[in-house]
Amino acid sequence: MSDTPHTAPRGRIDWADPALSERLRLRKRRQFWLKALGLGAVGVAALMLFVLIASLVVTGYQAFRQTHATIEVNIDPFQVDPANIRGGNFDDIIETAILAYFPDVEAPGEQREIVRILSDGAEFQLRDRVLDNPELIGERVSITVPLSDPYDLLNKGLIDRTTPEENRRLKDDQIARFDTLAEAGIISQPLNTALITNADSRFPELAGLKGALVGSFYALATCFLLAFPVGIGAAIYLEEFAPKNRLSDLIEININNLAAVPSVVFGLLALAVFIGWFGLPRSAPFVGGMTLALMTLPTIIIATRAALKAVPGSIREAALGVGASRQQVVFQHVLPLAMPGILTGTIIGLAQALGETAPLLLIGMNAFITSAPETPFDSATALPTQIFIWADSPERGFVSRTSAAILVLLTFLVTMNALAIFLRSRFERRW
Amino acid sequence: MTLFAFVLLFTATVLAYLLNLRAARALRAGGARLHSLGGFHGGFAALVTLLPALVFLLAWLLLKEPAITVLLLRTLPEAEIAGLGTGERQLIISEIRTIAGGRIFGSPAEWKIEAADRLLAMRRTADYLMIALTALLAGGSMVIARRRVTPDFRARQGTEGILHGLMAFCATVAIFVTLGIVASLLFETIRFFQMVPVTDFLFGTNWEPQIPIREDQIAAEGAFGWIPVFLGTLVITVVALFIAVPVGLMSAVYLHEFASRRFRAAAKPVLEILAGVPTVVYGFFAILVVAPALRALGDMLAIPIAPNTALAAGGVMGIMLIPFISSFADDALGAVPRSLRDGALALGATPAETMTRVLFPAAIPGIVGGVLLAVSRAIGETMIVVMAAGLMAKMTLNPLDSVTTVTVQIVTLLIGDTAFDNPKTLAAFALGMMLFIVTLLINILALRIVRRYREIYD
Repeated sequence: MSDTPHTAPRGRIDWADPALSERLRLRKRRQFWLKALGLGAVGVAALMLFVLIASLVVTGYQAFRQTHATIEVNIDPFQVDPANIRGGNFDDIIETAILAYFPDVEAPGEQREIVRILSDGAEFQLRDRVLDNPELIGERVSITVPLSDPYDLLNKGLIDRTTPEENRRLKDDQIARFDTLAEAGIISQPLNTALITNADSRFPELAGLKGALVGSFYALATCFLLAFPVGIGAAIYLEEFAPKNRLSDLIEININNLAAVPSVVFGLLALAVFIGWFGLPRSAPFVGGMTLALMTLPTIIIATRAALKAVPGSIREAALGVGASRQQVVFQHVLPLAMPGILTGTIIGLAQALGETAPLLLIGMNAFITSAPETPFDSATALPTQIFIWADSPERGFVSRTSAAILVLLTFLVTMNALAIFLRSRFERRW
Repeated sequence: MTLFAFVLLFTATVLAYLLNLRAARALRAGGARLHSLGGFHGGFAALVTLLPALVFLLAWLLLKEPAITVLLLRTLPEAEIAGLGTGERQLIISEIRTIAGGRIFGSPAEWKIEAADRLLAMRRTADYLMIALTALLAGGSMVIARRRVTPDFRARQGTEGILHGLMAFCATVAIFVTLGIVASLLFETIRFFQMVPVTDFLFGTNWEPQIPIREDQIAAEGAFGWIPVFLGTLVITVVALFIAVPVGLMSAVYLHEFASRRFRAAAKPVLEILAGVPTVVYGFFAILVVAPALRALGDMLAIPIAPNTALAAGGVMGIMLIPFISSFADDALGAVPRSLRDGALALGATPAETMTRVLFPAAIPGIVGGVLLAVSRAIGETMIVVMAAGLMAKMTLNPLDSVTTVTVQIVTLLIGDTAFDNPKTLAAFALGMMLFIVTLLINILALRIVRRYREIYD
């Protein structure tokens, strides 16, 4: 250490020394750059979030409206037999109604083109309406039916009329026909309720999330019913009663590791054990819920243990002091006080489970199913797997629907997390 | 029927509780001095009634269909099923099930329709048997519990003992899950290695999981070397870390040391939302925005970029990992004792010098642990790569190229109808086994680093 004092200032510091102020300037500049870099990093993260949300909103908001046409149909008793409504000739009725707007068109090929402006679901919509009100037979009613996907895109401005015809999905004569309808004033763009009330469909204009919502609900309910009691039981045992031995340590390590196992491995487990060995039905929300429960279990156990730990020892001692048994202490005093924390952790765990996709894919919850499940044992999709199916679909109309489905999913997640935050701030006690 | 069985069971439970409660109260009203409160007598009865019947009911439900299937297979005419493989037998069974469900396609053979009738009859018998046995079991335990109500009976100890056992069982569920994972993976992996040699899998550089559709096909032998698949996983992981580590670390440094309280309060939720977005959403973001943007960039710079380049999947995965790394780094920086930082500041170091020379080096073990956990997450991440990465396995390290990952292969091999008797489906379990082992090792290492580092300062 004998050669260092040469550089160290001895005695008084010469504050006016230019070398010193130069050094200080350099150090301050380094600080500035570090701060700028850090701020930049936060900015990048925020920018990414913004781009993510913005791209979803920009592509997705269009799917919340759907172009419809209101047409006058004549429900001819010759075509619809009141005794056999299901066998009625509804596509003819719709065809006549829409062709009425093009009195000059005679060629069958062109007539077919015109009919294709309306969605394939139009006749079923009419059929369901007549099934509900059989007295409509013989009447003239006006019905609002969805347009098929290309014309819906055209009306929303997603098909650019200025692109050259050969690159455009709709040719000039097709656009002209649509314009005829638009001039007749029958085109409207109401809220797309089908997005929530319909199940999946091959046609974008008819596809909805009902099956996925019901499927996700059943799966989450199963997950909650299994993971919540077992998780709380395990956490109470480990935190309050478990003897300090190797078995308890093993369980602890196990839970921590389980929380970090990739989700697809849980899918493999479910596929091999639940479906392969036990023969439970494929694609069923119940099996999905069981799988999600295994994944949520560590989250709930860890959150519950933290909440139990936060209850001060004085509460336990006071209860023990007046003669309560150890279990009475836990179930009548500690657990109620820890409940807000436990619920918060559980809701956050369920929110994670709601967004989980990979394990559900492996147990077949990505099937194409056109009706909502009636029981948890019927085949169904879930919200995230429905998003995956739609993202894979080639039709352009599904792009905006995928974004819309994601926005629905994110709304649920935000709501659940907001509920968790509310619970925490409203009921959690600081000791 | 199942619902009825459960309703029956829960009614019996409530009944047992009330019965014993009233009996205990009657004893006390008669002047006896009870050892336990009436509620414990009731609780004891409820648990004794509920548990055996519930276990029976669940086991019955789990084993009913497989048992019926076995019985049904035995009743099938020997001539029709002789010499058929498991897959074909499963097909016949599922056809019989559809017929039993009332959906008949075409004109099935007579013996199948008969089998469907037998299946329905068996199911009905099984249902009646289930109800009867549940009622018997619940009723029996109710009577036994009722006879235990005496002044000396230690109902509190009984109830608490049962509850204690229940909670201990809950705690061991975690171990059963791990055992289940290991057992299922191991079982299927061993079956896979009976068809494909271990060395071919571990050291093969060719991944083409085809199976011959006809016996005489030669072209599609199938190759199961996992090295190119693992290499693809590594490429995507490295790309993800290239984005996540600098951004995550720098934002943690800024938020921990330089940001005002209000800025922190505004920036934290941003990171939390990024962390809470489901991965399927990130996957869609990758194919909707990032991949087209990268392709446009490649066209502009005249660099050939594959349509599903590793950059897109890896980049989006990097965004997903930013909050993960940031929160670990924040924790690690927060765990450095205050005295170190105060000392540095008192010696005249600027806040930046305190950070880079004192706090950051002291926090490095914790940060390394966090990065390792991020690596294990990136390796195990599924949806982003399933949607945005490629399907073909290539021996390449070029991030502009299209690569595939372990998780992509698992999902694509298992999507759709799968029978557990060909190397293609079993290969997915072998990949899953490797994935499980690799991530487990990384996790254990990371947790050990983090824990040891905490011990130094605590």
